[in-house]
Amino acid sequence: MALKIVKGSIDRMFDKNLQDLVRGIRNHKEDEAKYISTCIDEIKQELKQDNIAVKANAVCKLTYLQMLGYDISWAAFNIVEVMSSSKFTYKRIGYLAASQCFHEGTDVIMLTTNQIRKDLSSPNQYDTGVALTGLSCFVTSDLARDLANDIMTLMSHTKPYIRKKAVLIMYKVFLKYPESLRPAFPRLKEKLEDPDPGVQSAAVNVICELARRNPKNYLSLAPLFFKLMTSSTNNWVLIKIIKLFGALTPLEPRLGKKLIEPLTNLIHSTSAMSLLYECVNTVIAVLISLSSGMPNHSASIQLCVQKLRILIEDSDQNLKYLGLLAMSKILKTHPKSVQSHKDLILQCLDDKDESIRLRALDLLYGMVSKKNLMEIVKKLMLHVDKAEGTTYRDELLTKIIDICSQSNYQYITNFEWYISILVELTRLEGTRHGHLIASQMLDVAIRVKAIRAFAVAQMATLLDSGHLLTGNMQRNGICEVLYAAAWICGEFSEHLDDPLQTLEAMLRPKVASLPGHIQAVYVQNAAKLFATVLQKHEGDTDSQAAQDTSQLLVERLPLFVQSANLEVQERASCILQLVKYIQKLQQKEVEVAEEVSALFAGELNPVAPKAQKKVPVPEGLDLDAWINEPPSESESEDEKPKAVFAREEPKQSRARHVEVDEKELARRREARKQEQANNPFYIKSSPSSQKVYQDAPGVEHIPVVQIDLSVPLKVPGMPMSEQYLKLEEERRQKEKADKKKDKKKKKREKRGKGRRGDSGPESEEDITPAQQVDIVTEEMPENALPSDDDDKDPNDPHKALDIDLDKPLADSEKLPVRTHRREALKSPADDEDQDSISQEAKKRSSKEKKEKKKEKERKKSKEEEKKKKKKKHKHDVEEEPPEHQPEEPVQSEETVERAAPPTSTSAEASDLDFWLSSAPVPPPTKEGAASPTSAATSTPTPGPKTSVEVAPDSGPEEPKDTEPDEEKSSKHKKKKQKKEKDEKDKKKKKRHHHHSDHHHHHHGDGGGEDSVQNGTVEEEEEPLPPMSNYCLLAENSFIKMVNDIQGNLQDGSQVVVSVIFENKSGGFLKSMEFNVLDSLNSKLQRPEGAGPHDGLVVPFQLPPGVSNEARFVFSVQSIVMPQKLKGTLTFIVKSEDSSTHEKLDFKLHFTCTSYLITTPCYSDAYAKLLESGDLKSSSLKLEGINMPFHHLLARICFHHHFSVVERIDSCASMYSRSIQGHHVCLLVKTANQTVSIDAKCDEPSLLANVLDEIKQTFSQC
Amino acid sequence: MIKFLLMVNKQGQTRLSKYYEHVDIGKRAALEADVVKCCLFRKKEECSFVEYKDYKLVYRQYAALFIVVGITDDENELSIYELVHNFVEMLDKYFSHVSELDIMFNLDKVHIILDEIILNGCVVETNKNRILAPLLALDKMAES
Repeated sequence: MALKIVKGSIDRMFDKNLQDLVRGIRNHKEDEAKYISTCIDEIKQELKQDNIAVKANAVCKLTYLQMLGYDISWAAFNIVEVMSSSKFTYKRIGYLAASQCFHEGTDVIMLTTNQIRKDLSSPNQYDTGVALTGLSCFVTSDLARDLANDIMTLMSHTKPYIRKKAVLIMYKVFLKYPESLRPAFPRLKEKLEDPDPGVQSAAVNVICELARRNPKNYLSLAPLFFKLMTSSTNNWVLIKIIKLFGALTPLEPRLGKKLIEPLTNLIHSTSAMSLLYECVNTVIAVLISLSSGMPNHSASIQLCVQKLRILIEDSDQNLKYLGLLAMSKILKTHPKSVQSHKDLILQCLDDKDESIRLRALDLLYGMVSKKNLMEIVKKLMLHVDKAEGTTYRDELLTKIIDICSQSNYQYITNFEWYISILVELTRLEGTRHGHLIASQMLDVAIRVKAIRAFAVAQMATLLDSGHLLTGNMQRNGICEVLYAAAWICGEFSEHLDDPLQTLEAMLRPKVASLPGHIQAVYVQNAAKLFATVLQKHEGDTDSQAAQDTSQLLVERLPLFVQSANLEVQERASCILQLVKYIQKLQQKEVEVAEEVSALFAGELNPVAPKAQKKVPVPEGLDLDAWINEPPSESESEDEKPKAVFAREEPKQSRARHVEVDEKELARRREARKQEQANNPFYIKSSPSSQKVYQDAPGVEHIPVVQIDLSVPLKVPGMPMSEQYLKLEEERRQKEKADKKKDKKKKKREKRGKGRRGDSGPESEEDITPAQQVDIVTEEMPENALPSDDDDKDPNDPHKALDIDLDKPLADSEKLPVRTHRREALKSPADDEDQDSISQEAKKRSSKEKKEKKKEKERKKSKEEEKKKKKKKHKHDVEEEPPEHQPEEPVQSEETVERAAPPTSTSAEASDLDFWLSSAPVPPPTKEGAASPTSAATSTPTPGPKTSVEVAPDSGPEEPKDTEPDEEKSSKHKKKKQKKEKDEKDKKKKKRHHHHSDHHHHHHGDGGGEDSVQNGTVEEEEEPLPPMSNYCLLAENSFIKMVNDIQGNLQDGSQVVVSVIFENKSGGFLKSMEFNVLDSLNSKLQRPEGAGPHDGLVVPFQLPPGVSNEARFVFSVQSIVMPQKLKGTLTFIVKSEDSSTHEKLDFKLHFTCTSYLITTPCYSDAYAKLLESGDLKSSSLKLEGINMPFHHLLARICFHHHFSVVERIDSCASMYSRSIQGHHVCLLVKTANQTVSIDAKCDEPSLLANVLDEIKQTFSQC
Repeated sequence: MIKFLLMVNKQGQTRLSKYYEHVDIGKRAALEADVVKCCLFRKKEECSFVEYKDYKLVYRQYAALFIVVGITDDENELSIYELVHNFVEMLDKYFSHVSELDIMFNLDKVHIILDEIILNGCVVETNKNRILAPLLALDKMAES
């Protein structure tokens, strides 16, 4: 004891570490819970210590306890403390605990943001690594938003260890913060070609996951993945890529075509089973997508099926299972090729492994044909008999029913057989699927008229036999079958041989032990049977039988009147009264049979599921709109009916038709009758006089037949389903013989009781069914919508990631560039934008109308121009840079890339259409023109369009197909163009402030030299020459730098300088460092801890000929004056044999324009602004401007970040705002080559400088 | 995607659990019990893939230890099956003849190894040396 006190407190706390805890738990097997609770108390004490080592030890133990299922969320704060330890050994314990127990709801997570950020930028790669790993488990939307930019930066980290982790984490970030996907995507794409295979694999993983959910957005990456697939040797990566292709091919059949060959090669060559399996899977997916119209891939299918057979035959159960799984996919589209392996699959039914048996069952579903259905089902019935577990037996049962009922009982040739199968299935003990059998019985009896007599007889026996009534059966739900049996017997009672006997069976006292809903059906159908019995005896001279029946009911029904079930009680008491009344009439010898049967006259037709849902909402009807003013109490009379209609609507279960024709009315009447018949409260008028007959035999004394249950599945007195096999064989043979005989006769009399005279079209196997399904289609409302649109889960987080990735970035989308996020500035700019734009659009719509017409014309002519240009350029398709949507905003990275000379690989890769067309560059004939045109859209949509596009390219191979497709293609082109135009117009309305920009972009990539075109084009609407804000920063023989400066939308004191570095040397450019000599006013933002003169490392290297963009953030204080900063770029040029240090000086010019941000403004706000009088004015005159007015405006918009507020003829008002919130307003007028600009701004010197810069812009051109 | 990885012994006690998608601590116990039931009672001659709810379970038995991986439907079962083996080989290499106790005593280190192999539900690394590198570096750090 004394010794312990002597020991230091820290030492004592180290008494129990994780090992001790584990040992302790093992030594306290009896009172584990108690022991652990004492341990937790100790841990709580330890956590109160200041010593971080003690805390870490405690947290480590907690992690173990958490795994055992103990909640440790109370220690969340301590975990954060340990996470922020500077020692890695403790830090990792903290992160481990956090990753195990933190989640979206843990509130201390928000305390971690800065710590994580610090760890992410730690110089120790393991610090960063552990932070990334932890983040992957507990990243929340807030963390994702705050750290997205940091993680994105890490994607370009020098260490592949960090890069690969950062890339993978981005996936979680995307899920939690979808806005980050677009800004991060270019870099993610870049990582696909990372020199490190691990990073590459990570990028493939992430894109695969993304693409699987929203494949269409990733179609343009196909060429890149294709390259990877053919070059990679890493099976893990290959599997992922091949899986990705599986997701893409359904969207682009041409891709599938291209894939088949490399995939089959892989199938032949690989020894890795997992890869083989993946290839087979994707080939199947490809074949499914090609299945229409690609007949000559049977070789590939054969190959797949063959390989799968090998898998299935393998002794390895895993391979067997997967083989069957893949086989079931082929089955969907190519059932024939699977059917030939029936033997193998039936064999699998006997497998020891239940999962394999279940898979085999799945396959059987698709393998049945008219010929083998009976045989297969027989085999399954045997298995049902043998099956041990109830789950497997239930599975078998449902499969049997699925197999038989599929596609409208297509494969059933003999319904008598099917009914007897169903009856046999009722003998299954302990199945949960009674209702399934019942619904099948009902369905068949209703829809196959010819089988009714047989079905009714069988059902009567079922009712009679009573084996389903025993208590045991009731508990497990097989008694549901009685529901069907009673209904069928009642509804089709005219087919009963002895309705009285069935009636008696239905009124047995034991029935009262059935579930309520079944009893209710019993009672209701007893009434139907009663009606039948009455009718049967109506003609008889002896009315005794009829009276006996009435008496029977009167005696038995009281049992049901006492039922605890409301429904049963109501029906029974109603019917009892009815019968009593009839009895009275019978005694008076009044003929009642007619009237009583009229209660149940009419027929029910099946209604398709979802019929109600599929009734289209008529045009102009808004179901959510109020029909009346909601609260008004003084409703006028004529409004009422409408309201009633609206209220009743949802209750109506039957399909409603929009048009009411004669047939429909009749049907409704019928339906109403039926409804009335089923409604116990509805009593038809005019019951006539009746006489009553008494004396009924004591049915209670009739012994219930006990069935010998030792003989399974045999219902006494019923034909066995097996008999049908033989009978069917005979029937088929006879039929064959008959057919030979009566070859010439069109109509033949057929044998068999239930057969209908004419047997529709001959089946492919030449087997005519003994009975036909009469009511093939269930009733559907007219104009029913064909598709179900309810299968998408609105909660799927991936929905938010369905983002067009080819569209260039808007400024507002960029991730917060610097580490300090302003809470208040989440995205107000965005919202504002949207709002003001829409309002603007509304306000201006009237004014615009005039203009719109013009614009449309302009568009049209532009389309034509474009086409022509394309024709001219068709030889250069390969070099052509990827073309973007014309309405792109100016400030985008992609734009930048385009301005820079594109490398040939990227251009080729992104031109999916070109890549997909297998033929070489088309010859310069007219046919070739279609291809480049179609190449214009960077994301081709599948469908008819694509098939057309293939045509010209594959022309040389299939000359026959070319001509018809040619015609189509031009048609489609027109359509497409129209669509595009519509879209553009629509978009334009929305983003009017950009419209002048996009004029420019439309042609920016086409090159300006061929802008003089077509006489039909109005002089004024001449296309804009290309423009770029990137200006040369510095250049030497190694490197060229161009830059653009933009204000940071989200931070009023920052500007972002985007610099494109282009490697002009023959060597590798490495270790680039960008440094600027700060002035008092402008400072380069350096990472925390860096000195004021340290350079920034450019986060990439440049191979020869490649260019890339980096961004640097500067903070500025005053923005009213332009200024220049001196800077230097240092770098290492590494060629094959040497490496040299080089440097390049530059001068960074911050113009006042670069502090302006394109901001939309609508006209009345603009007017108010001008009226306010706070603005100082200034003006500028430009002489000799020889350009169309819209060019002029476009230039001001583009180069000086203005937006057009309003334009009337040759006069326009424009607006812009500085990053510090200064308003700049321009009124631009033009007349006779003179442009006058009146400007107003709240900061005169800023205005003066901006005007100077505008002047300079125009003096240059 | 890999949804979770469990290591349980024949008695059904969890020895390692890692979830790549958050599951409530209360639900974890139920899930683990279910999963263990699904896998433990299967015979040797039955295949190693089990369908369980939305997941597919891939499991492998090593002496008294079962490793169960829950994956989504789109994952390649065979590759995960191999991955499990890779993981065990890694443990074996680091602990030299790994035993259940090794795993219990060094839970944090097992997690480090696992985190190097699987990140965010995806396989990041399969190279043995690279997987063990951070752990070895850590050990060196502890020694000094």
